[in-house]
Amino acid sequence: MRYNERELLSLARQPAEKAAEILMRVPKKGSVLKKRLVKLVVNFLFYFRTDEAEPIGALLLEHCRITKEEENVFSISFIEEPERKYCFECDSEEQCQEWIEALKRASYEFMRRSLIFYRNEIQKMTGKDPLEQYGISEEARFQLGTRKQ
Amino acid sequence: MKLNERSLAFYATCDSPADNTGFLYKRGERHTAYHRRWFVLKGNMLFYFEERESREPVGVIVLEGCTVELCDSAEEFAFAIRFGGTKSRTYVLAAESQAAMESWVKSLSRASFDYMRLVVRELEKQLEEMRWGPAGGCGGCRGLPTSWKPKPSVPEQSPERLPALPAILPKENGCAVWNNAPGAVRPHDSEGNPRPPPLPPRRRASSSEAGSAGAAAAESSSTFCRLHEQYGREVARLRQDWLERWRGPRP
Repeated sequence: MRYNERELLSLARQPAEKAAEILMRVPKKGSVLKKRLVKLVVNFLFYFRTDEAEPIGALLLEHCRITKEEENVFSISFIEEPERKYCFECDSEEQCQEWIEALKRASYEFMRRSLIFYRNEIQKMTGKDPLEQYGISEEARFQLGTRKQ
Repeated sequence: MKLNERSLAFYATCDSPADNTGFLYKRGERHTAYHRRWFVLKGNMLFYFEERESREPVGVIVLEGCTVELCDSAEEFAFAIRFGGTKSRTYVLAAESQAAMESWVKSLSRASFDYMRLVVRELEKQLEEMRWGPAGGCGGCRGLPTSWKPKPSVPEQSPERLPALPAILPKENGCAVWNNAPGAVRPHDSEGNPRPPPLPPRRRASSSEAGSAGAAAAESSSTFCRLHEQYGREVARLRQDWLERWRGPRP
């Protein structure tokens, strides 16, 4: 699949929501835990060799599942291949929980659901649609329930 | 750089709702010929397929950080997706009608994660202020941090559960509206005056998470989640009381 690599690399250089050196294992046969710089930027998780400027890879965090594994460990898998897990071993349980929380909220789809929820709550309380001031009330992606065409 | 392409392809073709779809002409990179492609916009990712029925996209344009503008081109209804940076490529696309062009320009220019996050934070802030008053308004409670770090404070639940959370009572008029129909009668106490809900307890910092700013952000989010659950139960109980005391028309 073609993609605009230059822009993605540029995104990887931007300030991260969260970044840390974490041991990571990719779902490939025979792969082992390796120390990586892991960086969360918008809905992408970039991972770098600790001394390199360009990431080895990026994971788009949509339709993914973040699972707590054993102590200090969490995994990321994607719903179409739930057994293929990217594993991350943190320094502490605390760090592990922080990453799980951050990654669960890192998808565009999660934000969309939050927006719809908040919009609905505010509308119930005030009778007014808070999206009107932005001129985006009619956009299909913000409708509750079935999508309007 | 590796990308989780299989997951990307799945995201592009699964039946999660798309933010825009349609045929667009895409100008080639090396040759200026236009190719008609089927485009699918989901979130900040613009996928394009050779045919509408294709099982896998030919490519994807990550839209984060782009600007969308109308284009001077021999081609009618043309617009461009541009990125900053000297060597960045500009994607020139053309729609099949004025309406389609306007629709695409609008949805693409608001497709970024950053934009979505801005709107969500703003609404979250509005809702917080409506429930607890402006930041710092209730004793020792902490208002939302103003940095970009905090994430939406919605508990991780399946989408179907979210709309079912009980409405939090507004403080302004001190009474609850149990349905949205105009002319809904409001519950009153025995004197006929609307009774305001009990004041929320002071927020206390969570003891399980501490340390970095990231933790503080996660902490305020999960504290909010817990409070949300707590008040949900409290409100459900109050609602039961009020309804038993007052019989009024309800749909």
